Amino acid sequence: MAVDVDLTTIWAFIIAFAVFAYVVMDGFDLGIGILFPFLEVGTERDRAMNSIAPVWDGNETWLVLGGGGLFAAFPLAYAVILPATYPLIIAMLLGLVFRGVAFEYRWRDPRHRRLWDWAFTGGSLVAATAQGMTLGALLQGITVVDRAYAGSWFDWLTPYTLLTGLGTAAGYALLGGTWLVWKLDGAYQAHARRLARLAAWATLMLMGAVSLYNLLLNAEYASRWLTTPEIWFAAPVPILTGLVALALLRALAVERHSKPFWLSIALFFLGMAGLGVTMWPYVVPPSITIWDAAAPERSQWFMLIGVAITMPLILAYTVWAYWVFRGKVGDEGYH
Amino acid sequence: MFDQLDAILLARIQFAFTVSFHFIFPSFSIGLASYLAVLEGLWLKTGKALYLDLFKYWLKIFAIAFAMGVVSGIVMSYQFGTNWSVFSDRAGPVIGPLMAYEVLTAFFLEAGFLGVMLFGMNRVGKRLHFAATCMVALGTLISATWILSVNSWMHTPTGFEMGANGQFLPGPSWWAIVFNPSFPYRLMHTVTASYLTVAFVVGGVAAWHLLRDSGNAHARKMFSMAMWMATLVAPLQIALGDAHGLNTLEHQPQKVMAMEGHFQSHPDGAPLILFGIPNSAEKRVDYAVEIPNLSSLILKHDLNAPLAGLDTIPDEDEPPVGIVFWSFRVMVGIGFAMLGLGIWSLFARWRGRLYDWRWLHRAALVMGPSGFVAVIAGWITTEVGRQPFVIYNLLRTADAASPLDAPAVAASLIAFVIVYFAVFGAGVWYILHLMHKPPHTGEKGVKRGEPGPIRTAGITPGPTQNPGDPDALPRSSEEATDGR
Ligand code: HDD
Ligand code: HEM
Ligand code: HEM
Repeated sequence: MAVDVDLTTIWAFIIAFAVFAYVVMDGFDLGIGILFPFLEVGTERDRAMNSIAPVWDGNETWLVLGGGGLFAAFPLAYAVILPATYPLIIAMLLGLVFRGVAFEYRWRDPRHRRLWDWAFTGGSLVAATAQGMTLGALLQGITVVDRAYAGSWFDWLTPYTLLTGLGTAAGYALLGGTWLVWKLDGAYQAHARRLARLAAWATLMLMGAVSLYNLLLNAEYASRWLTTPEIWFAAPVPILTGLVALALLRALAVERHSKPFWLSIALFFLGMAGLGVTMWPYVVPPSITIWDAAAPERSQWFMLIGVAITMPLILAYTVWAYWVFRGKVGDEGYH
Repeated sequence: MFDQLDAILLARIQFAFTVSFHFIFPSFSIGLASYLAVLEGLWLKTGKALYLDLFKYWLKIFAIAFAMGVVSGIVMSYQFGTNWSVFSDRAGPVIGPLMAYEVLTAFFLEAGFLGVMLFGMNRVGKRLHFAATCMVALGTLISATWILSVNSWMHTPTGFEMGANGQFLPGPSWWAIVFNPSFPYRLMHTVTASYLTVAFVVGGVAAWHLLRDSGNAHARKMFSMAMWMATLVAPLQIALGDAHGLNTLEHQPQKVMAMEGHFQSHPDGAPLILFGIPNSAEKRVDYAVEIPNLSSLILKHDLNAPLAGLDTIPDEDEPPVGIVFWSFRVMVGIGFAMLGLGIWSLFARWRGRLYDWRWLHRAALVMGPSGFVAVIAGWITTEVGRQPFVIYNLLRTADAASPLDAPAVAASLIAFVIVYFAVFGAGVWYILHLMHKPPHTGEKGVKRGEPGPIRTAGITPGPTQNPGDPDALPRSSEEATDGR
């Protein structure tokens, strides 16, 4: 079936959507984990935790969709990227184990609450950094021979990937901080705003550094951003990013509600768009395009039907679940 | 020192370790979610507070088990790519979509409603809360359906075509892939297994509290419910296992040969080997205790039917007999022990001694964890019996692995072992601690006389949330000794 907008492109956008949804939703959970040591032991930490306890599992499910979707729609990419970044993936998974159980354990065992708080922070930080580094490793290119990863063990460890790892951790902290601004009030909110401001500066600086490094990394990437006519499609991304960044910094000075959070999401969205400009149409730069890696049409159709039916429902009950727990987190928690 | 073979062996150990650990939690949470839905439903229907107490009691345990299931499951979904990348590339077009459906139809459902189930009762009201509980329970069942379809396809692959690039491609009908020949059997046997597992856990916990106080009304109710499950479901499970075995004989004969320990063919009636020590080098079972012709009767329903043995299979296609032989016997042994306990409880009910027959309670206590043992033994039978193939007769496990060096896999394996034992060990400890507390009226309670917030607003206590939670582990040793 030679439809014009081909299925493979649609699938690339679906996966990108899943990854984006994951990044912003689990991003703020992980960000709260990263900010946790800076929160005061006691009510402040408890409330921060309570603000995400009912939703973190749903948020994390987007990661399973991103990974599972990649496996299903682009099996070759899945089979190349994961061995290439093996230590990062394992670290991320173990990090997620620690922070996932911390939600339950810290209430169960007050004597070891400090331990589980550290597990929460450590797990979140490791997972965030590993995710960012995986992205960096992907962008800097993966050696592939004969449908398999053919690079060496430590290809994923470079200054560039360290930078992307840090950038992601900072970005998540920003999401977490702005989420707390939305969900807390009083002195706790003011504290969250201070933390979010720091995270915003760190994020913006690292984002800029990564973008510049990108241009040096690979002549092809540079040409996409710096030559006509591509530049006309690409230029709005950095310009909008600048505007959003300014708005965010201003909002963080005064806002008591959700605005900084939405602006942070906008920032991530622009980052994602920039990523798209840089990578398209490769799924594993520099050699595998989305069409090389795509599953056959029968698999794509079958899943597309599933997505078309279930996604509206998923989004509906996800919104509902957030709605149920709307508003500021007070002392009552969710009892 | 290390070569590729070691890397594969290590990857297999890693997979077996992580999936076995993972499966302990689903086998508990599938059954427990349904049990919780039943308890909440009974509460809504009868209005009896007792059911609500039981619901809350098990909800706290469920929250911990579920969290462990989720985090260990996420590991699994990435293990295919990290350690079995060749398998992922080649089988992805067929099984990837099934796993994507699992995410879309099951994982989101579970996760989306879990928050409301755990924390939301006073925010959404009883009926909507009950709906959320049902959705979580339904999600666990849908999840089992898809993942077992995937797994069964690897045992009995149907409905695919071979692509020029070596990939397995879907044929014209997804139905033929999803409903592959072993799937219905495996689904029923596994879901029933997890109901039985939970029945025995609930029965064991109830027995523990009855042994300490046989008047505890909550423990009585739990015990009675659990024993009904045992009585009714254990025989069903044995029948399902038998049907599953016949199906396996049809599609994976060498697995059954290994389960039975039949190294040799038996042209006129094969014996049932009850026990013995399989000796693969000599191709015989040492010290065998056997019943003549019974195996032919079970497998062929004819005392004198011929049965082929492993001598008809090339050596390089044989599964490791010892492991399969023994794990199968452990599972079946437990199955009959469960049946035995079910019958005993029926007898005790008839004699009116269900709640004060201490030996019955002791037996139920011992049998408490037996479901987990049987489940893992069953999986070992199934999976090791499929070796040396990962896709039966089509793709060898040794050809499916990622191009990783042994030290990398060894390092990750060690990390998994340490982290899993520490983290899940702690979780199991917390669960045991909760089980140790007797279920009681007004379950949730704040310790009498204790200062601190008294939470009366909620119907569910938000057990996992409550900083002053009386069910949390004690802060100090004095607290530990002053009882509950
Ligand atoms: C018979 C049932 C069954 C089997 C064989 C498996 N699982 Fe599982 N899995 C479940 C039944 C289940 C469940 C009941 O749906 C869980 C358990 C606790 C939970 O949170 O959901 C779950 C959780 C769970 C999660 C977390 C979902 C979430 O975020 O909510 C993932 C990613 C997986 N599993 C993946 C796997 C993979 C890749 C498996 C195969 C190797 C596997 N599971 C075997
Ligand atoms: C959750 C329950 C499961 C358990 C306890 C289990 C157990 C095992 C065990 C013990 C092995 C090792 C066999 C050996 O190496 O000799 C194994 C292998 C394997 N299983 Fe399963 N399995 C389960 C479910 C699944 C499912 C649902 C899938 C597929 C989606 C699967 C895919 C595999 C694969 C790919 C291997 C090959 C790797 C290997 O040989 O170690 N398993 N499994
Ligand atoms: C005496 C009764 C039983 C019989 C005859 C029996 C039979 C079987 C057979 C033949 C298999 C392997 C199927 C294959 O690999 O193709 C199997 C697997 C399995 N058994 Fe049993 N079983 C019995 C009891 C139990 C009990 C009591 C449990 C748990 C509570 C259990 C849990 C499992 C599980 C989880 C598997 C692996 C998944 C599957 O292949 O279905 N079984 N059983």
